[in-house]
Amino acid sequence: MNDTTHPSAPDNSRAVADFSTQLLAATEPAPEHLRLLHQRLENSADAAGILDIAYTTIDSPVGPLLLAATEKGLLRVAFEVEDHDTVLEKLQSKVSPRILRAPRRLDIAAREIDDYFARRRTAFDLPLDYSLSRGFRGIVQRHLPEIAYGSTQSYKEVAELVGNPHAVRAVGTACATNPLPIVVPCHRVLRTDGTLGGYVGGLEAKTALLTLESVA
Amino acid sequence: MEMKPPFETIVTEHAAMVLRVCRAVLGPHTDADDAWSETFLAALRAYPELPASANVEAWLVTIAHRKAIDVTRARQRHAIPTDTVPERPSTIGNPGSADHDLWNTVKALPTKQRQAVAYHYLGGLPYQEIAEILGGTTDAARRAAADGIKNLRTTLRHPVKEAKE
Repeated sequence: MNDTTHPSAPDNSRAVADFSTQLLAATEPAPEHLRLLHQRLENSADAAGILDIAYTTIDSPVGPLLLAATEKGLLRVAFEVEDHDTVLEKLQSKVSPRILRAPRRLDIAAREIDDYFARRRTAFDLPLDYSLSRGFRGIVQRHLPEIAYGSTQSYKEVAELVGNPHAVRAVGTACATNPLPIVVPCHRVLRTDGTLGGYVGGLEAKTALLTLESVA
Repeated sequence: MEMKPPFETIVTEHAAMVLRVCRAVLGPHTDADDAWSETFLAALRAYPELPASANVEAWLVTIAHRKAIDVTRARQRHAIPTDTVPERPSTIGNPGSADHDLWNTVKALPTKQRQAVAYHYLGGLPYQEIAEILGGTTDAARRAAADGIKNLRTTLRHPVKEAKE
């Protein structure tokens, strides 16, 4: 209003602001166009070898699951209770920020998980990336797939089987921090007295998985 | 320490802005799609090195500016008479006609004005950042954007219509 250098400035700047709002509205890209551009980016990033982490979300009887994979293999399976955004933020700081929603790399994992829940599959056969499993936890997590479908072991038994019989509590921690639940079956590890112990996806999910396997 | 979001967040938040900028500079065709793709591919490649405190919009518009120049040069190289490659129709999306009038009007602006309008009014960048991208002073960038908007408003006498893509 007090701009003496541009006497018509108030009116003019108002009109320019209106015009630029119209300009933005008129140039809003169609969502479908952006979706196709995104898909093109997924493909070219993968081809260029710079898609460090691809992820997708799938529906399952135990709620939506986040699946994330590197070029090496499946890196992370996460339940909704873990909060998918938080999981992705951790992946960006621990592994790489080059992360895109790019479902194609997860096609096989998604299909195998579907088959598992449909009782068409009792073991997973896909490359896993164990980079998030360090040290003793990693040793325990690599042992877990040896526990057969429909059977269980106690935390104590697992500790003995990995050659560290006194590390019962550490086995519990390893199961609780399993980055690949369902696929790496930490749900098959129970307390010695047969009670559930804990589970990264919540006890309801653990019960659901054990029930699914027991009626196979 | 400030956390950087996963790159997917960058794409989700800025995809539309970068496409507007590419279309304003290159027209609403496959050239703009190519520049968009090259921009985000280059951004993804460089993302691990981007400081968490960086201005992401300015970073993306700077890359888009360079990629638009690359695409323009590639088009000029391909425009030699012996080249029989026909102009490709847009493979994705078909800009409507009202939309087309607008883009054509933008396209008719002098280069500096077009860029300044794109980067300020569509990219949301302050004039200081635009001056760094285009060279020259902040005032010159402000004048170029003001002149560009004035020219657009004069040409588009009727109000801007909604795009019907």
